Amino acid sequence: MPAHETFYEVMRRHGVTRRSFLKFCSLTAAGLGLGPEFAGKIAHALETKPRTPVVWLHGLECTCCTESFIRSGNPLAGDVVLSMISLDYDDTIMAAAGHQAEEILEQTIEKYDGQFILACEGNPPLNEDGMYCIQAGRPYVEKLRHMADHCKAIIAWGSCASWGCVQAARPNPTQATPIHKVILDKPVIKVPGCPPIAEVMTGVITYMLAFDRLPPLDRQGRPQMFYGQRLHDKCYRRPHFDAGQFVEKFDDEGARKGYCLYKVGCKGPTTYNACSTIEWNGGLSWPVKSGHGCLGCAEDNFWDKGSFYSPVTNLGVTGNVESTADTIGGTLAAAAAIGVAAHAAASVVAKATGKKKTQPREEVSNG
Amino acid sequence: MATSRVATGSEDYTGNLYVFEVPVRIWHWIHALAITVLAISGYFIANPLPSVSGEASDSFLMGNIRLIHFSAAMVFAVGLFVRFYWAIVGNRYAKGLLVVPVWRGEFWSRLFHELKMYSFLTRKVAKYRGHNPLAQLAMWLFNVLLALFMVCTGFALYSQGTGAGSWADRWFGWVFVIEPSSQAVRMWHLLGMWLMVFFIVVHIYMVVRAEFMSRQNGISVMIDGIRRFKDDGPRDPR
Repeated sequence: MPAHETFYEVMRRHGVTRRSFLKFCSLTAAGLGLGPEFAGKIAHALETKPRTPVVWLHGLECTCCTESFIRSGNPLAGDVVLSMISLDYDDTIMAAAGHQAEEILEQTIEKYDGQFILACEGNPPLNEDGMYCIQAGRPYVEKLRHMADHCKAIIAWGSCASWGCVQAARPNPTQATPIHKVILDKPVIKVPGCPPIAEVMTGVITYMLAFDRLPPLDRQGRPQMFYGQRLHDKCYRRPHFDAGQFVEKFDDEGARKGYCLYKVGCKGPTTYNACSTIEWNGGLSWPVKSGHGCLGCAEDNFWDKGSFYSPVTNLGVTGNVESTADTIGGTLAAAAAIGVAAHAAASVVAKATGKKKTQPREEVSNG
Repeated sequence: MATSRVATGSEDYTGNLYVFEVPVRIWHWIHALAITVLAISGYFIANPLPSVSGEASDSFLMGNIRLIHFSAAMVFAVGLFVRFYWAIVGNRYAKGLLVVPVWRGEFWSRLFHELKMYSFLTRKVAKYRGHNPLAQLAMWLFNVLLALFMVCTGFALYSQGTGAGSWADRWFGWVFVIEPSSQAVRMWHLLGMWLMVFFIVVHIYMVVRAEFMSRQNGISVMIDGIRRFKDDGPRDPR
């Protein structure tokens, strides 16, 4: 593996034609929301820049991010980026195993100290000194910290690495912790979703490799170009929401007519992701298009918010009781009304008895 | 005010006194109306009305409910800040909304006296010109703290529609740094509505009760601003 091989050379070596390469550059530019002139800039960068190595680590996760990534809707993008990164380390899809595989990590640190991108799928469990996730004989959290010390930037793939996801669900026995709460001294780019959309993943990684800098991030550390708006803002069923046309239950007339799924729990209005624009599996479909509401899988704590089928969800403040804001608040307001009525009655009684007490009571004391 | 005077000394708890100035009273009723509209429209944003049939382009029900909610929210927020301004320049009863004298021993002793009185543990009813300490504390908790919470979470949720870089996002986007889950912010905003309903139920009861059972008027003071004491006895009965 020559140290100064460019992306373009790697791609050519993997049998990608120049025509296909240029198509990839223009599609990526479009995917990133850049102007037409950027296709040329991306091509130029990939032709001239030495390849930035990527190390892909796996903590507590289900590998759905990798599954999504290798199914990138634009097959070329997937092949190309996959070819580029599989050269280093990804324990799911690389050829090496055992000690050979672990040696690659040390070699990467030696050759590219402070240069490589650390892509993290899944998160480290911190409880019991990290013993709930052991890789190559030591806790994953140690491996993560070791690699993070030498990397340039971290991509937190998926909701596990970004927010914690289901393994961090209450009561979180392994204390699974998102990357940004473990690695505090390196930039962490969150690419949430369970899994993230394949084109979003390839888009983010291509941006970083081609432009040699982090994509613009929002307050939460997510790339703005893919997480700048909610599903709701670009949803093709939005007109039905505004009109007040809702699916009341699955298989009713509204469901057949493709009305808004908000009342059956669609979390599109609170979920930042690109599903409603890029869609899934090469633009084939996405949850709302298939007639089911969004679960909000790209959002923090979506796993502990109670029902996926109600717009009013659990607050997570009442322990194991599945109470929504409406049940807690409604009970409180009803209790206030009952309490007020009882207090009013008691006040009237107290006033009546109070008047009696002020009357002279000599005969009682004499008796 | 021909029939009322401005309170002179600490012993002045007789006759009629002008306590609540015009801006305070106007704000009170605008605030009450805004909360009513916000609570109802907000409830229907969380739990929409039955589905409308026909062409989507023929109706704009949810859009209008949201428009009403956002408009009332602007009234609520602007009114709140005008009222805060009046708490700075207004009379001592206007200042009471923001400045709760928790550093004064008398505040706490009178607060516990009110709690005892409402718990029927004492029959001694004291007179007050403005709010009693319990009422003042409740005003601060619900109409300063909770109201600001609703303004911040509300505009943060509003910024989701107006988008990154909008004024709502620049001023209130920090809410999502504290609580990254916008669904959670929605639910806290909804619970805040219910807390406000709780306050309104108790508030209306207390005012009506005061009208009939306390030693001063309760309802009319927020209409003409005049506190009417029902007896000329000492402020604190023995």
